[in-house]
Amino acid sequence: MATINLTRAVARDLRAADPARRGGLRRRLRRNATAYLFLAGAVLCFAVFSWYPMIREVIMSFQYTNFAGDTKWVGLRNYQRVLHDPDFWSAWRTTGLFTLFALVVGYAVPFALAVVLNEIRHARSYFRLLVYLPVMMPPVAAAFLWKWFYTPDDSGLFNAVLHAVGLPGVQWLQSSHTLAVLCLVLFSTWINMGGTVLVYLASLQGIPGELYEAAELDGAGLLRRVWHVTVPQTRLILSMMLLLQIVGTMQVFLEPYIITGSANDTTSVVYLIYQYAFNYDNYGSAAALGVLLLLVLIAFAGGYLWLSRRAEEE
Amino acid sequence: MSAFVTPTRTLISQAQLARPLGRTVYWTVFWVLTALFALAFLFPLYWMVSGGFKTPQQIIQTPPSLLPTSPAPGNFATAWRDMDLGRLILNTTLYAGGALAFQLVFDVAAAYALSKLRPVFGNGVLFAMLATLMIPTTVIVLPAYLTANDLPFTHWSLLNTPWAIWLPSVANAFNVFLLKRFFDSIPTELLAAAAIDGAGPLRTLWSVVLPMSRPILGVVSIFAVVGVWKDFLWPLLVLTDTSTQTVNVGINQLHVGVPENVFVAALAIASVPTIVFFLFFQRNIMAGLTAGAMKG
Repeated sequence: MATINLTRAVARDLRAADPARRGGLRRRLRRNATAYLFLAGAVLCFAVFSWYPMIREVIMSFQYTNFAGDTKWVGLRNYQRVLHDPDFWSAWRTTGLFTLFALVVGYAVPFALAVVLNEIRHARSYFRLLVYLPVMMPPVAAAFLWKWFYTPDDSGLFNAVLHAVGLPGVQWLQSSHTLAVLCLVLFSTWINMGGTVLVYLASLQGIPGELYEAAELDGAGLLRRVWHVTVPQTRLILSMMLLLQIVGTMQVFLEPYIITGSANDTTSVVYLIYQYAFNYDNYGSAAALGVLLLLVLIAFAGGYLWLSRRAEEE
Repeated sequence: MSAFVTPTRTLISQAQLARPLGRTVYWTVFWVLTALFALAFLFPLYWMVSGGFKTPQQIIQTPPSLLPTSPAPGNFATAWRDMDLGRLILNTTLYAGGALAFQLVFDVAAAYALSKLRPVFGNGVLFAMLATLMIPTTVIVLPAYLTANDLPFTHWSLLNTPWAIWLPSVANAFNVFLLKRFFDSIPTELLAAAAIDGAGPLRTLWSVVLPMSRPILGVVSIFAVVGVWKDFLWPLLVLTDTSTQTVNVGINQLHVGVPENVFVAALAIASVPTIVFFLFFQRNIMAGLTAGAMKG
């Protein structure tokens, strides 16, 4: 691409010739028609697979429907049914616990790791490559792999490791709800952290060295430099990743679906939507639960958009 | 990328690292991390591959052995044949390739129209697209499935056809947003110059805009391909016929009744294509990932 140098006058002439600004009704009509022709494919796909399903979801939540297609308006009865289902609260408890553990493990660990990795001056590509490897595995294959690692008898990898250091084996997924959810979070962190670590690393590299220099001259020790320079400088990315992660973990499905099944009450909210729809053929309850989940997520997503707009302004 | 040389100082100064104590601490941390990474990210993969080589007795033996003592490479052949892995991988590649093509054509055209042709209500369309970022696909998965099963007006069913993956993949607001932002940065004067030379919008897009947009096209392409390889819930619903399934769905569907050692071999085979893809394109993938995150 040749660099094009334009004098100011020529630039002004050209701006006047910009097809988007040139007048004439017929010309403008033609330009709009062309533009909408370019837009048509994407708009159609959005309409059929995003906008229409969204509206339909809300409508369905007030109806009784099933696969056979019988439809009846039932008002708020789906919502009542969902709210009185003991599985509903159990699913929210699991999802909430998953989100909480994911904050402790999946949020703090990648950031701490990125801060340490940023200080490493050798074999940097080795670390980047390895941490990103699990991200590139088909998630179902990785989930089954971990399910196998969690084998409750001593032939399982994790129990074999415990055994080797003289500790008794653990019933990872079967013993308690809390431990089972923690096991899911460990897997989830393992497979997802590559992306977050790389994003943090990129933002850490954007911190001007003079800030550390100045802090050090002022007598700030290592931890204070982390707290007063690193964290504030990456604050925006940190808060964006936080919201993204909360919204993401609230939608957890694959982990409980593959690794624990519905055993030990580890059904998550999205998994419960799936069960309502495809195991019980109850589309109305599935839609109502979807709307409820959406309301919760919108609060977080709204925060995310607000933050990214602020990031744009800076 | 300048990532491999750090001329600017980071948290710890060069001077501090040069001191004997600093050097000892640095190398200790370095080797501990190196070992930890190998243990956390390489060892599970090794365990998977070696598990695939084990005999049925060996894979349930306690304690498990680090090496397969009498390797059974036949497991991989059995897994390939019994779970029809070749077909699953081929299917997924086909879906990923098609999704990539459809996204490149439709999303690029849409982003170009919104950025440069600027029709009336263009901003409204953009807003409606961006609004879908707030609505996760998992939430509307049931009505989307019902719609794909019975399209409005035509009453066609896309279930068990590649269209069920390709067309919904176009409704990707994040990609439209990334592309539009990039096109916005291309000076309008350049397009006007092309218009004066008599180029129509399509010609301008093809000969002026696209050649300048290689980096962002790379990012969007990688997102498109990786997205199809990683998706599970949507293909689980729309690809019910085993002959049309993706790797993720197929493994989930076919694992019942397969012996443990053969299944572990199948997991290893299933992981090969994406990992090889990653090793090939690692630079682009990592650069694209951070660029996408920064701009998102």
